[in-house]
Amino acid sequence: MTVNTQSTEQKVVLKRRSPLLETWENLRRSWSGMLGLSLIFLQVLIALFSPYIVPHDPQEMDSKDRNAPPSAEHWMGTDKLGRDMFSRSLVGGRVALVVTVFGIALAMTWGGLTGILLGFLGGWVDEVAMRIVDALLAIPWLLVLLIIVSTFGTDPWIQTLTFGFTYGYTAIRVARAATLDYVTHEFVLAARARGERKITIVLRELLPNVLDVLMVDGAMNWSWMLLGFSSLSFLGFGVPPPTPDWGFMIAKNREILATQPWAVFGPALMLSILIVGINLFADALAKAMGLDRSQGAPV
Amino acid sequence: MIVLIARRFFLASITLFIISLLVFIGIEALPGDAATAYLGQSATKESLKALREEFGLNTPAPQRYLNWLGGFLRGDLGQSMARRKPVSEVIGNQFRNTVVLALAASLVGIPLAIVLGVITGLTRDKWPDILLSLLAILGMTLPGFVTATVLVYFFSIRVEWFPAIAMIPSDAPVSEILPNIILPIITLTFVMVAHILRLVRTNMIDVLTSDYVQMARLKGIPMVRVIFLHALPNAMLPTINVVALTIAWLLGGVAIIETVFNYPGIGKLMINAIGDQDLGLVQGIAMILAGIYVGVNLIADLLTLFLNPRLRTTRG
Amino acid sequence: MSDHLVNINDLSIGYYNKRGSLVYVLKNISLQIKPGETVGLVGESGCGKSTLGYAMMGYLRPGSRVLGGSVQYDGRDMFALTPRQLESIRGTEIALIPQNAGKSLTPTILIGRQIIESIEYNANVPKNIVEDRMLELLAQVRLPNPAEISKRYPHQLSGGQQQRVAVAMALAGEPVMLVLDEPTTGLDVTTQAHILELLRDIVYKLGTAMLYISHDMGVIARVSDRVVLMYAGEIAEDSPTKDIFKSPAHPYARGLLESIPRLELAGIPKSMPGQPPLPGTLPGCSFAPRCPFATEICSTNAPELTSIPGKSRLVRCHHWEHIVASDFSMEMKNVFHVVVRKPQDKPAIELSNVEITYHQYGLIERLQKKPEPPSTVSGITLSVRRGETLALVGESGSGKSTIVRAISGLLPTKSGKIQYLYDDLTVVVDNRPLKLCKQIQLIFQNPDASLNPRHTVAEIIDQPLKLYFPKMNRDERRTRQIELLERVRLDGHYRLRYPGQLSGGEKQRIAIARAFAAMPEVVLCDEVTSSLDVSVQAAVLDLLTDLQQEQKTTYIFIAHDLAVVRAIADRVAVLYQGRLCEVGSVDEIFSPPYHPYTETLMGAVLAPDPGAEPKLLASDTPELSPPAQGCAFQRRCPKFIPGTCDIETPPWQSITGSEGHKIRCHIRPGIFADQVILKRIYKESKGKTQDS
Repeated sequence: MTVNTQSTEQKVVLKRRSPLLETWENLRRSWSGMLGLSLIFLQVLIALFSPYIVPHDPQEMDSKDRNAPPSAEHWMGTDKLGRDMFSRSLVGGRVALVVTVFGIALAMTWGGLTGILLGFLGGWVDEVAMRIVDALLAIPWLLVLLIIVSTFGTDPWIQTLTFGFTYGYTAIRVARAATLDYVTHEFVLAARARGERKITIVLRELLPNVLDVLMVDGAMNWSWMLLGFSSLSFLGFGVPPPTPDWGFMIAKNREILATQPWAVFGPALMLSILIVGINLFADALAKAMGLDRSQGAPV
Repeated sequence: MIVLIARRFFLASITLFIISLLVFIGIEALPGDAATAYLGQSATKESLKALREEFGLNTPAPQRYLNWLGGFLRGDLGQSMARRKPVSEVIGNQFRNTVVLALAASLVGIPLAIVLGVITGLTRDKWPDILLSLLAILGMTLPGFVTATVLVYFFSIRVEWFPAIAMIPSDAPVSEILPNIILPIITLTFVMVAHILRLVRTNMIDVLTSDYVQMARLKGIPMVRVIFLHALPNAMLPTINVVALTIAWLLGGVAIIETVFNYPGIGKLMINAIGDQDLGLVQGIAMILAGIYVGVNLIADLLTLFLNPRLRTTRG
Repeated sequence: MSDHLVNINDLSIGYYNKRGSLVYVLKNISLQIKPGETVGLVGESGCGKSTLGYAMMGYLRPGSRVLGGSVQYDGRDMFALTPRQLESIRGTEIALIPQNAGKSLTPTILIGRQIIESIEYNANVPKNIVEDRMLELLAQVRLPNPAEISKRYPHQLSGGQQQRVAVAMALAGEPVMLVLDEPTTGLDVTTQAHILELLRDIVYKLGTAMLYISHDMGVIARVSDRVVLMYAGEIAEDSPTKDIFKSPAHPYARGLLESIPRLELAGIPKSMPGQPPLPGTLPGCSFAPRCPFATEICSTNAPELTSIPGKSRLVRCHHWEHIVASDFSMEMKNVFHVVVRKPQDKPAIELSNVEITYHQYGLIERLQKKPEPPSTVSGITLSVRRGETLALVGESGSGKSTIVRAISGLLPTKSGKIQYLYDDLTVVVDNRPLKLCKQIQLIFQNPDASLNPRHTVAEIIDQPLKLYFPKMNRDERRTRQIELLERVRLDGHYRLRYPGQLSGGEKQRIAIARAFAAMPEVVLCDEVTSSLDVSVQAAVLDLLTDLQQEQKTTYIFIAHDLAVVRAIADRVAVLYQGRLCEVGSVDEIFSPPYHPYTETLMGAVLAPDPGAEPKLLASDTPELSPPAQGCAFQRRCPKFIPGTCDIETPPWQSITGSEGHKIRCHIRPGIFADQVILKRIYKESKGKTQDS
């Protein structure tokens, strides 16, 4: 416990500390945040390298050993067609990750920019746009996803576009709310008074500040998107076989839940690890950025 | 005050109107039309022509929209191509069944969530909070079908307490339905509680660290009274909106649960309709679900209006 | 002495920061309060005065802890009591009047109920009288219509009304002592004066002890028997009020008093360079780095709180004898330096009958044939000469910010003309040519919000350079940034800092540097010193006048503090509810004849002088909007003439003998005879402060 021994000129002695650096330092101190980040990292690594490290070929069917319980050879047993569940669980997330990562990037970008513009411009454009967004949010998300996928097919790029588009609405709301908050701050007024062009103000003044909120929302949305994606595959509207996919696996293997639960729990576990990791990280990120306003216990 | 209420109703109707437009345009935007969608690969020129005649698909789009909207306002939701029956007939009982499920889950879940949320807010960072928050994260992040499957495994297969599938006809009386849907109710409740709890917790913490709660304590008022009279009412206000949003989300997610448990509800119907490419049915279901969402939000809005003094009154 | 009400003994409070190191907030505080005594706790931001006040009630901010010492109330250790015991003391014996009453009242409970709650828990009043007692309390704090107010919610009251309710709530338990945490911050000058007089009266009648926390020396002078001055978490001086103001013993007290602008002294006061350190971080005296009297011993040995023989004064300084000996009041006058400005004869900005409004008179209202609400600002005719400083003075709702925003083009003008040389300024900023934008720059009040927290100082200053001087290349801009920083007396390496690492005063200097980077003709200053600590304020005023001398800039300066206006302005315009009341040179405005509102404002000023008494000339009923007809001040004017003031708009009356001094009132200037008497009283009171 050292007493803080900075001199009078303390402010001058401090190194350059950008807000970004401070966020990272705060994040590092949160055990749940670091745990979440590690879990995400783990899953990403697995997704990247699993085809090369799996003990068995995920597609290989071992006809002797169908519906087998876990053993030394098959750590999670096999499924109805004799495929090794452990290997399948490891590779089952590849498509999910690719689609959702690109999907989130797309959603946050278009949603974020639109939200900032709406918040900045205000007026009737904003009113009309918000009504439309409200209406869009009213339509059940599952319905929209299913219709688009059932009509246009299950190609992963189509899925990326679909998810990217539909998950942009919350980004619009979040970005708009944050922008409305900042727009009344004097530094935005100062820029206007200087005669800066509107686009400059949006990009230079507002965007860097709204980025915080967008990143947290992006992280949360990523987990929703994964949920949506795996729900789709669960219902049979997702990645078609033979590509292994968690949601689809869980759906198909429910038949043998009684005798070979690991055929379901394997992919379920992998999916859960990823989603829980993302959520822990998003929570900790919000705290680290000071967006979780609650500080201090009651009297 | 009346003006404020009227305004809310007015805005809600505008939203519904826009929704109907969006749904209609969305469906129209899909390649082909309802006939090609339904017949799919087995379409022939004759069958297409016949279907189009039968379902009036040859009239221009704006006309069809107005007809459909007009019918909708009168209670006629259009025609189901797959089942050759009016949509309202098809939906009939399924709608009721979903309402039973959702209502049961809400009646258990919402009060539970609020109580637990208040507890976690009060015991911040101590063990009740940590434990409950962890469970909440699980509930929020695990997909519904995973939770459902896990529950089925432990409570239907390992111990045979509850049925894994709801084997009931769609028109069964409520008393018969309830015992068969314990697991779906638990699943839904788990997810709902997880969501609402986190947000109630945040609201609670915000209020407990506010200036006026601090002031009440410094006035010498006992903690219990401060919590119930000063903190809770203010924490509950934003909670109303959260509950509304959760119910809205539920409408989307309930379909999956119904599928898992094979429950004859409107969600499962929706999925089947999409599978059949029965666009007429899909349109009808979409409007109903969206309508419920708007309705629930309107009620939440009005409740907030009544309970929040700042909105009710103007500067004197 | 055991008959003290409050006995704080060697108290230290601190917390552990994010990195795990200990940070002190209060260090070795020893302080006693006698029954019925009013102690003024003064200090600038960060000195720990609020923490001390709350500690007296046994309350610590979450995360803080007591590191040593004790707080005793009536012999009991506040931090050793059980929650039950604390509850029984709080409200009943010690009551708090919080800083922001609006935020401290529960939004969902009626006012009446909240006061009744205080009565029920803190007073021994039989059930059937509780409601009467509540109404009695509301009347005691001079709220009109107590019955009606008791049925309202907190958000339906004005700031002044909310504060009075907070006082009523505190008095419910008939406490022995009151702790007041800057209760008048954020209130208008006139409201503040009223509430202070109310408190003085109550305390006198009930014999309550008070701990009054404030950063405003004028308020402290008026209200306290004794002053405790804090610096960097320690007590610097503890003296009776008269003593500390007449001859301060601690150099910090001296410096503080010298840096406050005064109504009766023209010119800018002396500023204190530097900033307070974190408590307990320096080996010697905390004030040594900034002290003009410091010697070697000061930086190595921390002085103890020593008592001055003969008087009940305590001071923490090695050299206090030397300091007390010198003649303070003589020095004071010499310390103010007047800047002579020679504005040119050409007008820089001219406003003609400008009218601005926030209300959107929409289609629906037009159809309903409702009368248009009166404009937020109307009838503004003013001109500012090049190189001159025009001050816009008024309280909240006066429209001064609105006018400045319209001049800078952020708000549209409803009607009237605004000219800058040959350019039309009624055009909104988005439609103005860049050259015009360059000439008119705006500096805001709140330094935290006026700099983008994500940009470095270099980027902040770079923006106007890039915008207005596109021909400059990167290196040239870099050089210019450093030049500008040095001009505002900041070292070049500040370029790499982020606003989050700077103090309020430093941020404001950056805002000034940013404005001057454009090399403007006109700079609009919107309450630029109001959020700063007093000692820093003088430095910023100094800086602004320096820059003006150098660049021959024209200033339009908004302030609500009349003393600041006295220090810096050439001409003054007084505004009320968006209408002009009086316009003239600084000397003309600050001496009679006055517009009744100007008179009210001047009377409400609390001078840092224990002998000065404010004059409450008008009530402080809140105004919600300007009146539709007649004079803007009609509802509160002590000289109101029924039948005239509420129907006809008052005419402009020029004062003979003073060119350019105009008063807008129905009363003939000749009838300002009693004002001449005021002038005499004013002169006499000046004489009084000089002698005592």
